[in-house]
Amino acid sequence: MSTLLSFTILGLFTGAAYAIAASGLVLTYTTTRVFNIAHGAFGMVMAFTFWDLSQRQGMPTWLSLVLVLGVIAPATGWFVQRFVTRGLGEGPVSVSLVVTVGLFVGLIGLAQYIWPPEPRTLPPFLPDRGVEIGGTYVTAHQLITILLSAVVAAALYLLLNRTRIGTAMRASVDNPVLLRLFGGNPDRVASLAWAIGVSLAALAGILLTPVIGLSYYDLTLLVINAYAAAMLGRLKSLPLTFVGAMGLGILQSFAVAYLPTDGNLAGLRAVVPALFLFAVIVVMPQAQLRIGQVKGIVSAPVPSLVRSGVGGAALLVLVALLAVGMSNANLLLVGTAATYAMVMLSLVLLTGYGGHVSLAQFTFAGVGALAYAKLDEPNLYGLLLAALIAGLVGALVAIPVLRLTGLYLALSTLAFGVLMDKLVFQADFAFGFNGTLPAERLSVLGHRFDSLGGYVLVMAAFFVLMAVGLLVLRRGVLGRVLIAMRDSPAACGTLGLDMRWFRVALFGLSAGMAGLAGALFAGLRGTIGAADFQLFNSLPLLLLAVVCGVTSVTGAAMGGIGLMLLPVLQSYRPELAGVVFAVLGFGAVALGRDPNGLANQLFRLGHLLDRRFGDRVRSAVPLLPLPADRVAVDEDSEVPLTEVGAHAAARG
Amino acid sequence: MPLLEVDDVVVRFGGVTAVDHASFAAEAGRITGLIGPNGAGKTTCFNVITGLQRPQHGAVRFADRRITRLPVHRRARRGMGRTFQRLEAFGSLTVRDNVRVAQDIHRGPAGLLRPAGADVDALLDRVGILAYADERADSIPTGTARLLELARCLAGDPKLLLLDEPSSGLDESETAAFGALLAELAAEGRGIVMVEHDMALVMTVCDDIHVLDFGRVIASGPPALIRTDPEVQRAYLGYADDDVTQEIDLEQVAP
Amino acid sequence: MSVPILEVVGVHAAYGRIEVLRGVDLVVPRGAVVALLGPNGAGKSTLVKVVSGQHRATSGDIHLGGVHVQGASPEELARLGLCTIPEGRSVFPNLTVEENLTLMSYAGVGVDAVLDTAYSYFPRLHQRRHQLAGTMSGGEQQMLAMSRALASDPALLLLDELSMGLAPLIVDELYDTVAQIAASGVSILCIEQFARTALRVSDYAAVMVGGRVVATGEPTEVLDSMSDVILGGAA
Repeated sequence: MSTLLSFTILGLFTGAAYAIAASGLVLTYTTTRVFNIAHGAFGMVMAFTFWDLSQRQGMPTWLSLVLVLGVIAPATGWFVQRFVTRGLGEGPVSVSLVVTVGLFVGLIGLAQYIWPPEPRTLPPFLPDRGVEIGGTYVTAHQLITILLSAVVAAALYLLLNRTRIGTAMRASVDNPVLLRLFGGNPDRVASLAWAIGVSLAALAGILLTPVIGLSYYDLTLLVINAYAAAMLGRLKSLPLTFVGAMGLGILQSFAVAYLPTDGNLAGLRAVVPALFLFAVIVVMPQAQLRIGQVKGIVSAPVPSLVRSGVGGAALLVLVALLAVGMSNANLLLVGTAATYAMVMLSLVLLTGYGGHVSLAQFTFAGVGALAYAKLDEPNLYGLLLAALIAGLVGALVAIPVLRLTGLYLALSTLAFGVLMDKLVFQADFAFGFNGTLPAERLSVLGHRFDSLGGYVLVMAAFFVLMAVGLLVLRRGVLGRVLIAMRDSPAACGTLGLDMRWFRVALFGLSAGMAGLAGALFAGLRGTIGAADFQLFNSLPLLLLAVVCGVTSVTGAAMGGIGLMLLPVLQSYRPELAGVVFAVLGFGAVALGRDPNGLANQLFRLGHLLDRRFGDRVRSAVPLLPLPADRVAVDEDSEVPLTEVGAHAAARG
Repeated sequence: MPLLEVDDVVVRFGGVTAVDHASFAAEAGRITGLIGPNGAGKTTCFNVITGLQRPQHGAVRFADRRITRLPVHRRARRGMGRTFQRLEAFGSLTVRDNVRVAQDIHRGPAGLLRPAGADVDALLDRVGILAYADERADSIPTGTARLLELARCLAGDPKLLLLDEPSSGLDESETAAFGALLAELAAEGRGIVMVEHDMALVMTVCDDIHVLDFGRVIASGPPALIRTDPEVQRAYLGYADDDVTQEIDLEQVAP
Repeated sequence: MSVPILEVVGVHAAYGRIEVLRGVDLVVPRGAVVALLGPNGAGKSTLVKVVSGQHRATSGDIHLGGVHVQGASPEELARLGLCTIPEGRSVFPNLTVEENLTLMSYAGVGVDAVLDTAYSYFPRLHQRRHQLAGTMSGGEQQMLAMSRALASDPALLLLDELSMGLAPLIVDELYDTVAQIAASGVSILCIEQFARTALRVSDYAAVMVGGRVVATGEPTEVLDSMSDVILGGAA
C-alpha cells in the first residue's frame, strides 16, 4: 500500500513538472500556431543558467530563480517570437518545424559551448525538509513542485479569463486579423505567450533537474513528454493537458515500480511517454481537409534526364579518381558523405516533394543497417530486403497518424526515434546494449568489393541511381501528384485521390531509401551499432538538408558532404564542438524559410555565369591553339574535372 | 430518382447554424442553381455533398446510394466533381499539368503506366483556356483559374458537377460562352449544381433553382416561378415594400 | 470646405499578379454617410482591406483626416479612430459577449464605458453577457459588432456588407443603428450589395465596377443612372 502511495506521489511530482512544461507548450502553440520543438531545449538552457547563477556564481536560490523565471526566460521568449518565429504560424507546417528544430539543435550547441561537459549537480529546493504522508516520506521539493503546478494552473486560468491581454490571447487563436481591427496587437499577444511559455519550460526544467540530472539531452527531450500530455487536450485544452501530464507522470512512475528491470522490457520504462503519445494519437479523431491553403511554391528546377545522367556520370568519375588517390581514412569519409547524401535524398522525396517532415530519418537508416547485418546476406538481395524492411517500418509509423496531418506525423517520428533508440536498438535481439554487429560488404553478381575504394564507388553509384530514380519519379505521374497534394489536399480529395495511403506509401518509400543507405553504411564500416543511428543525429541531418536545399538532388549531395564534415570540424577544434551545432541550428533558423536552400543559389549563380560569360567562353573555345586530342587529355587531369563535376552536380 | 438528394441536412459551427434542415435535389441532365444571399450556406452545402464537412444531421444520397459517411475521395470516385469558390488550383504546376494530375488520379494505379495523353489539351480547349496551357496555375487570372478547375473536374468524367461561383472573374462574352458550355455538359447527361451570383446567367441556363436563406431552403422551382416568388424577393433583396419590389423585378436584370 | 475624413486617391491593389483595384478615387466628407455599391467582385471588400490596413496598396494614397496613412497597420489605424467592421460575423465566437466587449476597449475607450454604451443601446446583450458570442443569433452578433462602432466613438466607421446573411427586419434595425451613429456625427463608409437599405441612410453614394469608382453623387441620382449595375450586384 505504502509503495503504491509513494510511487503515486512520485508520479504526481513528475506529472506536475510535465504539466508546467506542457501548459507552456500549449500556450505558445495555440496563440501562434508554431509548435515549439525546442520547448524542452529552452528548459534545458534555462536549467543550466539557473545552475550557473545559483551554484557557480553562488547567488541566493531565490534571486537566481527570480532572475531566470522573471527576466532571462521571458526575455528569451520575447526575443524568439519577435525575431525568429514571428509569422511562421501562417506558413506551411514544415517551415515552422524546421525553424524550431534549428532552435533545438542550436540551443544544445550553445549549451555545450557555454557549459562544456562536466559533472554538475543541482540540489533540490529545501533539501532537508519533508513530511510524512500515510507512512511515505514526501520531500519538500516534491511538494513544492506539485503546489507550483497548481499555482501555474490557477495563474493561467486567471490570465486567460480575467485579464484583457489574456482574453486577447484567446481571441487571436480565433481570428488575429479581427483582433487587429479591434486595435489589439497580435504580435504583442504572441510575444507574451512565448515569454510565458519559455518561463514555464524553464520552471519545469529547474524542478526536474535535481531528479533527472543536468544533461543536455534528457531535459531537451522533455518536449516529448509535454507534447504527449498536451495531445490529450489536442494541443488546445489546458485542463485536459494537466490531466494528461498527471496521468503520464503516474504511468511512468508505475512503470518504474512494476516493470522488470532487466531483459528486453527494461527499456520500456524509458519510452513510456512515447508509447503514451502513440496511444493518444491512435484514438484521435480524423482531421478534416481544410480549404483555402493553396500555395504555389517555387521549387528548384528539375533537370532533364540527359543532364542528370551526365551529372551523375561526372560524379562517378570524380569518385573513381578519388578512390585511386585517397587514404583509407579519407575514403571512409567519402563513403560516409555518400551515406548521408542518400539519406538526404530520402528527405528530398519526403520533405522537398511531399511537404512532410521526418525528425528520425537516421533511425530508418538504422533499421536498414540492422536488417542488413542480421540478414547476413551480403549481396543485392540482402540489401534490397533490408531497404524493404526499413520501408515497411516507415509505413508502420505513418499508419497510426494516417488520419492526421503534417505536425502530428512529424512529431510521431520523433517519438518513434526515441522508441527505437531506447527500446529496440539497445535490445539483445538488435545491436545489444552498447553493442555492435558485424556486417559484410556487399557483393554484386558474385563480385566482392574488397577494396575500400571500390566499395565507395559502389556507394556513389547507388547515390547516382537513387538520384536519377528520384528525378524520373519527380518528372512523372507520381511527382505531379505529390506536388498537387502539397498545393491543395482538398482538391486532390475531391478529384478522387486517397491521400492517406498515398502518404503512407510516400513515407515508406522515403524510409526505404534511408534504410538502403543505412545498409550500405553498415558494409562500409564493417561493424555497426546503435550509436551510429542516434535520434539526435537526425536533426542536424534535417537542418543541413534544408539549408543546402531539400528540393533538389544537388542539395542532398551538398548536404551529405556538409554533414560528413561536421564531426571532422568538431574533432579539429573540440572546444568549438558546440559552436558548430549552434551555427548550424541558427543558420537553419535563418534559412529555413526557403526550402530550396543553398543549392538554388548555386543554380542561380550558374545561370548568371552562363548568361554573362557562356557565349564568350563558347566562342573562345574553338580558338584554343591546342589540337583536339590534347584537350581531351587535359580534361582528364584532375583540376578541371573537379569543376566539371561540381558544375554537373550543381545541375543535377 | 434524382441524381443527388440532400435530405434534411444540418450543419452548425459552434452556435452558428450554417445549414438548417436543408433539403433539395438535382437531376441528371439538368442544371440546378443554388442561390441566396452571401452567407446563406451554399458553399457549406457543397462541402457537405463532397464530404469536406460532416453534417450534424441529415443524409446525402448520390446515384441511389447513401453517401453521408463516405470519405471525400470515395465520393469523387463515384462520379462527383467540384470547383471551389476560393480557388484550389495546384499553384506550382502548369495549367496543363493541373488537368494531367486530375486525369492520373482518375485513372488510378493504371495511370502510372499510361501517362495522360493528348486529350488533356482537348479539355483545355473545350473550356477555352488552351492558350494558358503552359502558364503556372498561380499566375493566371481568377476567371481562367475557375475554368481550369472545371477542366480538371471534367478529366474525371463526372456524373455530377458542383460549381461554386464559376462565372465570377469572367467578362460578358466569356460568361456567355461559359453558359453555352454548361448547356452542352448537361446535354451529355451530367447533372450540374451551380452556386452563382450572376442572376442573368442563373435565370438563363438553370432548369431548376433552389433558394437558400439563413441555411434554409425557402423556395424551389423553375426560374419563372422563383423570379416572382415574394418570399425570395424579400430574402434576397433585403426589403419587403411591394411597389419597390416590382420596380426591381428580376426580369429587368435577366436578358 | 473642411478636410474630408477619408480621401482615397488613385489606389491600385492586387492579389499576386491579379489586379483588383485599378485606380480608386473616393472621398468621404466629414460627418457624411457614403454608400459604396457595386456587384460581386467589383473590389469593394478589397478597398475596405486597403483602407483598414489589412492589405497593402501597390500605388496611390490614402488620407485619414488629412493624415497620410498609407502603410499603417490595422491596429494603429484602429487606435487612430478608424473602426472597421469586416464582412461576415465580426465578433469572436468563442469568447463571451462581455469578453468581446472588453477587447473593444483596445480602440482607446475604457472597458466600463464600452460596457455601459453597449448595454444601454442593446439591453439584449446585457442579458446574454456570459453567453458565447458564437451561440447567439446572427442579428445579435451584429448588434455586438455594432457595439464597437457605438462605444469606441470613431472618426470613421467602415461597414462591410453589414446585412450579409441577415433577415430583412434585422437589417432594417441595424440600419436604424447606423443612422443613430451617423446622427452623433460619425462619418461612415458602408459597403453594400443591398442598394436600397444602405441608400436610405446615406448622404452620398458611389458605385464601383471592375476595380474603379464609376459614379458618385446623390443617392437618387446614382440610383437612377446606375440602376442596372447596382441591381446586377444586388440580385
